[in-house]
Amino acid sequence: MPDLWKPTADQATLRQRHQLMQQLRHFFDSAGLMEVETPMLSAHATPDLHLASVTSSDGYLHTSPEYPMKRLLAAGSGGIYQVCKVFRSQESGRSHNPEFTLLEWYQPDWTDRQLAEQVIALFRHLGYDRPAVFKSYREAFSDLMGVDPLSANTDRLQALAAELTNRDCSSFDRNTCLDVAMSLGVEPALDKHCITVITDFPAAQAALAIKEQQPDGFWTARRFEVYSGGLELANGYSELTDATEQQQRFEAENVARADLGLPEMPIDIHLLAAMKQGLPACAGVAVGVDRLMMLCLGKSHINDVLSFPFDRA
Amino acid sequence: MAFYSTNEFRNGLKVLLEGEPCSIVENEFVKQGKGQAFNRVRLKNLKTGRTWDRTFKSGESLEGADIMDVTMEYLYTDGTFWTFMKTDDTYEQLNAGAEAIKDAKNWLKEQDIFDVILYNGEILSVVPQNFVELEITETDPGLKGDTAQGGSKPATLTTGAVVRVPLFIEIGEKIRIDTRTGDYVSRAK
Repeated sequence: MPDLWKPTADQATLRQRHQLMQQLRHFFDSAGLMEVETPMLSAHATPDLHLASVTSSDGYLHTSPEYPMKRLLAAGSGGIYQVCKVFRSQESGRSHNPEFTLLEWYQPDWTDRQLAEQVIALFRHLGYDRPAVFKSYREAFSDLMGVDPLSANTDRLQALAAELTNRDCSSFDRNTCLDVAMSLGVEPALDKHCITVITDFPAAQAALAIKEQQPDGFWTARRFEVYSGGLELANGYSELTDATEQQQRFEAENVARADLGLPEMPIDIHLLAAMKQGLPACAGVAVGVDRLMMLCLGKSHINDVLSFPFDRA
Repeated sequence: MAFYSTNEFRNGLKVLLEGEPCSIVENEFVKQGKGQAFNRVRLKNLKTGRTWDRTFKSGESLEGADIMDVTMEYLYTDGTFWTFMKTDDTYEQLNAGAEAIKDAKNWLKEQDIFDVILYNGEILSVVPQNFVELEITETDPGLKGDTAQGGSKPATLTTGAVVRVPLFIEIGEKIRIDTRTGDYVSRAK
């Protein structure tokens, strides 16, 4: 039996983590962003199909500080950043802990592309200086899987998912097949020594990003993800600002939840009200800080950079 | 049996996959921030010993397998079945077929203790202890005093198994064998 009272990260790592966090705050302070704090505990929660909020008798613990940060933007905050703990039920593994540290920031009038460049600049500021590669989702997926994710029919995607998982995938919907291929096929094949930015996700995976139509008619989203060292590190958007569309997306997620027998979540009415009043055009991104520490410090398990992972919390 | 959801998967959990009893030997949680979560699982088929890699959507479940690890004493064989007795106070006797004893066959000596995996109350497989002591029934005559020199010769054991032993070992001697490699270790004390 290991000594469960002890931290899983060693003392040298905790000290390095502290220094990196100082540098991280310095990066944003120098860039003129204001550090903010928003509630972790809320009466509202994300309806995202693939995020399970931790619930308590007083409300829900947030899975990201996105909604209240957007309310601050609507109230005229200008550029803001936050470093906080977030909670995602049932997520545990080599690069997951149900409670983890998220860095999130927003830049008014920026695009997702400009913000992706700033993510790379942050990594360099922290000493993680690797060549950066930008690729659209479609390009990366087609190159590595030999299938066009936008035009392929669902049968073809199910066959690809079955190849990657060794099982029958005929009950998987299109998005699940795409997730199989990204998680098990594309992501592991990306060059671990580069910083890879995947842009222009399929519109069905827009989350809270603006959608746009490609010249050949297919719809994509102004959403990007950043990968390096075999880790997914950041997820960013050119943010949706249309309150009506935001409400429709929330409601669609709740319908999908109900179809799967998952609880429907109370939609954040304050966010919708703020967006009706006017969310400035902006780009926002969230970075998994523990994974960023793993990357900077060359650690292979999230427990190596945490003082106390959930099974010791 | 109970059903186990992916978030209850852990190493050593015994489950049914395609009707076969398996033990989970690896379980990796994979999830994109905004996407479906998966568990990549490696399972060992307890009947065949082969490993299977399977991916589950998080939330999917597998039926538990009624597997028990017990120790049993080997009693005798009638050539078709091999009879073992539980070492607890039930003294229950169970028969094993040829498939179940195939890894232990070379080392089956009456009254020796074996690790036995029971599946639905029946013997699924018999595993020998790491070291066994068996008597030699047949080998070339020993070379007296020749204990320093190298070289080995075949020797037949009471179980019928043939192992390589040093030249000085003689018929009637008991030797210690590592069952994981089938190698001679030493003379038995």
